[in-house]
Amino acid sequence: MSSTSATPAVALEASGLGKRYGRRPAALDGCSFRLPTSRISALVGPNGAGKSTLLAIAAGLLRPTSGTLTVLGEAPGAARDRISYLAQNKPLYPQLTIAETLRMGAELNPARWDAACAARIVEQGDLDPKSRIRGLSGGQRTRVALALALGKRPELMLLDEPMADLDPLARHELMGTLMADAAEHGTTVLMSSHIVAELADACDHLLLLGGGRVRLGGGIDDLLAAHTLVTGRGTPADLAPHTVIESRTAGRGLTALIRRDGPVGEGWAAEEPSLEELLLAHLRAPEAPALLTPGTTATAEAVTA
Amino acid sequence: MVDYRIDRRSGVATYVQIVQQTKQALRLGLLEPGDKLPTAREVVEATAINPNTVLKAYRELEREGLVEARRGLGTFVRRTLGAGVQAADTPLRAELDDWAKRARAAGLGREDVDALFTAVLDEHFPKGDQ
Repeated sequence: MSSTSATPAVALEASGLGKRYGRRPAALDGCSFRLPTSRISALVGPNGAGKSTLLAIAAGLLRPTSGTLTVLGEAPGAARDRISYLAQNKPLYPQLTIAETLRMGAELNPARWDAACAARIVEQGDLDPKSRIRGLSGGQRTRVALALALGKRPELMLLDEPMADLDPLARHELMGTLMADAAEHGTTVLMSSHIVAELADACDHLLLLGGGRVRLGGGIDDLLAAHTLVTGRGTPADLAPHTVIESRTAGRGLTALIRRDGPVGEGWAAEEPSLEELLLAHLRAPEAPALLTPGTTATAEAVTA
Repeated sequence: MVDYRIDRRSGVATYVQIVQQTKQALRLGLLEPGDKLPTAREVVEATAINPNTVLKAYRELEREGLVEARRGLGTFVRRTLGAGVQAADTPLRAELDDWAKRARAAGLGREDVDALFTAVLDEHFPKGDQ
């Protein structure tokens, strides 16, 4: 909530971003999008869609093979002080205690460190500051890693499957802590996850990756409003001029998720899809055209075909 | 103070649930004029929902004149909803009670009555205008 200018400040902007590992198919291929600040964005996509690659490039740990990505207006490495990145395997030093790990956070981030915030997250999990990281369970390590990430008071958090190994209570608590931080400081969050229910409540923005590109990008409310779930008698061809993302016939009936072009015709029962329905339909139909809502496309000259 | 409870399976939009629960608290007298609603931070910390969802709900309550946002201080209750219910409580309730008795006597089941009532409700209170 820092910018007062007419165009919202941009947390991440990718144009034509590509990353290839050896001879394998590209992990990212012509990926272009814009993520405004103060959004809490879900990063979704099938396994191998390039989610972790995108997060690691944004964190400055991987170099793209082509295209550019700016992070808080800078090159990825240059913004390192202002971002927190939590890798999927939650790397920590196993031989350090929790207290030493938090002290490391303080020493490495002298200008921004919020010791009280980090300590509170650890305490909430009933962890003894004197225990070594080596002896912690996966979920407990995640809690310590999130304490480090939040203690840094970042402007942008890049979280790769942050909640995957947490029990339901810890997940709820830590998601609450994350949301509270965002409410208070306007932190931008980009987090990958496969758990749609978790994302539906917490996120207000979506990036769906597939085939190395953004297939859906924008505010979740806007994306949902652009689609309609229709049921009626007919064939997919009867739904023109709308774009049919996915359709299924059951007896005489047809159920389809469409991207509307004008009002839905007579004779169709129309409903707004849930986030889960929207995601599943797009995951099942990888060839559906991409949609980025206004304000979330990369600047014009940078967009690649 | 209200303690919002988000039901993820209800199919009701999360911000609508907050609006409804605030109104319920006003009707029950759990909130009175001058009381402060929890801050967005407090609500999201407890419920793990997106902060903008809470702000959207509070804007809606403000639009309906039930609460007002005071800059830097928080969101405060302006008026109660108690009176409306009391007015509705007596003659209207009695008529509805009478109607339900007749529906039952006519052999309608609970679901039939529910469907009929919802249809009439939708006719008089179109969805978009809640």
